[in-house]
Amino acid sequence: MKKVFLPLLMVSVLAFIPYVGVHYAGLGYLFGVVLPYLAMAVLLGGFLFRMVDWLRRPVPFCIPTTCGQEKSLDWIQQDKLESPSSFLYAAARVLTEVLFFRSLFRNTKAKMHKGPTLAYGSSKWLWLGGLGFHWSLLVIVLRHSRFFLVMVPDSLQLLDEADRFFDITLPAFYLTDALVLATVTFLVLRRLRDSKMQVISLPADFFPLFLIIAIIIAGISMRYVTKVDVMPVKALMLNLVNFGFEPPGEIGTLFYVHLFLVCMLAIYFPFSKLMHSGAIFLSPTRNQCNNSRAKRHSNPWNSAIKFRTYSEYEDDYREKMKKAKLPVDKQ
Amino acid sequence: MSKYTPKSSELKKEFEEKPTILKGDYLDKEWWDIPVEFRDGNWCFPAKPEVVENLGFPNPRKWTATDSDWKLPVGWEKTISEGLKSRLKKYRSLKLFLDSCVRCGACADKCHFFLGTGDPKNMPVVRAELLRSVYRHDFPLVEKILTGFSGSRKLSAEIIKEWHMYFNQCTECRRCSVFCPFGIDTAEITMLARELLNLIGVNNNWILEPVSNCNRTGNHLGIEPHTFVQNIESLAEDIEDLTGVKVEPTFNRKGAEVLFITPSGDVFGDPGVYTMMGYLLLFHHIGLDYTISTYASEGGNFGMFTSNDMMKKLNAKMYHEAKRLGVKWILGGECGHMWRVVHQYMDTMNGPADFLEMPVSPITGTRFTNAASTKMVHIAEFTADLIYHKKLKLDPKRNDHLRTTFHDSCNIARGMGMFDEPRYVLQQVCNTFHEMPDNTIREQTFCCGSGSGLNTEEYMEIRMRGGLPRANAVKHVKEKHQVNSLVTICAIDRASLPTLMNYWVPGVSVYGLHELVGNALVMQGEKKRTEDLRENPMAGFTKGDDDEE
Repeated sequence: MKKVFLPLLMVSVLAFIPYVGVHYAGLGYLFGVVLPYLAMAVLLGGFLFRMVDWLRRPVPFCIPTTCGQEKSLDWIQQDKLESPSSFLYAAARVLTEVLFFRSLFRNTKAKMHKGPTLAYGSSKWLWLGGLGFHWSLLVIVLRHSRFFLVMVPDSLQLLDEADRFFDITLPAFYLTDALVLATVTFLVLRRLRDSKMQVISLPADFFPLFLIIAIIIAGISMRYVTKVDVMPVKALMLNLVNFGFEPPGEIGTLFYVHLFLVCMLAIYFPFSKLMHSGAIFLSPTRNQCNNSRAKRHSNPWNSAIKFRTYSEYEDDYREKMKKAKLPVDKQ
Repeated sequence: MSKYTPKSSELKKEFEEKPTILKGDYLDKEWWDIPVEFRDGNWCFPAKPEVVENLGFPNPRKWTATDSDWKLPVGWEKTISEGLKSRLKKYRSLKLFLDSCVRCGACADKCHFFLGTGDPKNMPVVRAELLRSVYRHDFPLVEKILTGFSGSRKLSAEIIKEWHMYFNQCTECRRCSVFCPFGIDTAEITMLARELLNLIGVNNNWILEPVSNCNRTGNHLGIEPHTFVQNIESLAEDIEDLTGVKVEPTFNRKGAEVLFITPSGDVFGDPGVYTMMGYLLLFHHIGLDYTISTYASEGGNFGMFTSNDMMKKLNAKMYHEAKRLGVKWILGGECGHMWRVVHQYMDTMNGPADFLEMPVSPITGTRFTNAASTKMVHIAEFTADLIYHKKLKLDPKRNDHLRTTFHDSCNIARGMGMFDEPRYVLQQVCNTFHEMPDNTIREQTFCCGSGSGLNTEEYMEIRMRGGLPRANAVKHVKEKHQVNSLVTICAIDRASLPTLMNYWVPGVSVYGLHELVGNALVMQGEKKRTEDLRENPMAGFTKGDDDEE
């Protein structure tokens, strides 16, 4: 299983680099200040570039995948979300895709029984796992804002408290930490265990998963095990968000591992499939209205072609047409 | 049964015994290490050199898929690579779909060809990877450092063979796109991949010959104008024999209100001709002022399965003819991919049709605002509106010998979104209707297995495999509700489903929706009806019985 070990090895090597770099070579400034700036620049610049690169390409045709009844006769009920005819509903279609993974919710699993008989069972695990994973990641990222902001707004404070609802460990245990670990494990396991997933998975699919797992483990260890002092961490982060170049204070090496892996993820992001986060908003089969007969969609490069005109046709068939008593334009 | 059709017992045995990833068995190699094998029944005959020449397409030659050397033109690698680059510039869809797949696997078991073959390369995600892997090779930065990291491949003649095989085991049905969280549409990828293959003369005769015919004679079947007229007139005679009513279609008539265009399969093919008889009866019943063109005598568009420009070229005839005849609007017959083209491409490609008027039903006065710009109305919309306004005299009992189910055609379902109109019409013209299981109808409908120009004899094995999911769902309602009639609104379905039914579900016949409308229509001045349009006896209408109500 080279495609599993290669990315595993890559992530292990990556995790080791800051350990050596900071612990032995004393490169705290490089790993704590220079690299984060670089990574942020690559992430933002790269993301923007990819989006612009997509957006500047034309959408020649109106090709929504219609998953519901189109708008037609007054007495036929339109499925406004799955076959939208106005911008608002098309936007809602995309947003429900982004926020709730609506298409994945439809997922089924096909089974071949004797007969042969095919059966399609409901299969919501991927939807549930994917949704749990993405939402946990979002909450975790938002929670991290307490490191970047001097004053944490009430809404984020509330989110943090809600996440600590199960107050069973010290420091208080975050629900999303458990959820993200469980779901990411599920996402890895299904790639290994499902016979179809095994075929379609590439090293590039395992790498970001492993990288995220490593980031989570480093993060959780810092909080619950080695208990890294957060004050210098917050000082460093506040310095960074204020575009300062102060060297970092005394921080545990594990923090550098965590930060370095996050930087690697950020750098990897725009070059990889992780760009699906931006692409989902642009997908022409989802974000277009199904109104192509009511309203003309124009194609900027509509190619000029020469077709066989009626008069050319009639020239070829005139005698036959006259015999068949068909009207002709020229006698 | 031809040599291209395996025995169904053999296929059944294979499904039961052969390990496949569909059944959860693990594959012992990577998909890109599986060799491509052409054998009887799994490849289409390539286009004849004269057909290719006639179209002005590149690389006309004699070759077959089983040859080891496909005689690709000099510099074909460059043609493909530049062809891909230019299409990436022209289609945001292509670029996005190649870039954004996360290989989540939601599409994997949604393809009818995967379900019928168990072949890993028929999972939509892998079908796209066939092209994606070559696309990635153009961005070899990461790949140079880490071989195999993102699965890129250098273009080779072997890959062209693989493309030819698997982009012809996709019927552009879009079912995978319904389930994809990013809406990645394999139909789009297949369309553009086939366009690339045509650039180097890797083609399919059953697609290119109809294209060439359509260009020359106006229709796929290559019917010349006099024969076209003769055929419809003979259908009118059949109608007269059967009902005593004389319908009088006109041809190429200037000044008609409506131009009617339907696939040529309805004019020539069995059972399509019965659907044509249904249209003729309907138009006579309501006294529609319409004409049929021998020049724009094809609703279908095999150009769509060839290249974008060819689609546009063949489609251009519709508006050209509508303008010449001075009609007010166009009415379109029952067809699948025809409606994908009409609904999503026609106006963009060949519009605006500002010489036509907003379609208004002359019988009910309904304005078809949903076709305000294209000015082309689907016959199912048109008829549903007539029935809703009680403008048709119908006797659904005349279809009592038929226990029906409805097959949603892929393009009508997922490329247009018309689900309820045909169901409404069907339920008004016949008394027995049962839906197939939920995951096999409406937007989740399964393809007939022969769409997108694959409805050819020598491809029978793949067609019967690809049609299995559809056939299976029909079998379900046949056993549960004694369904004996599969009703559809697509000419390719009407041509291909009878074979599929014979193979997997004997005892089920295939009907066009308007054939059933034709059966049920009570015509003014008709003689006593005892047989349907196929001259099959109708239930409860025995000869001699009095059936006045």
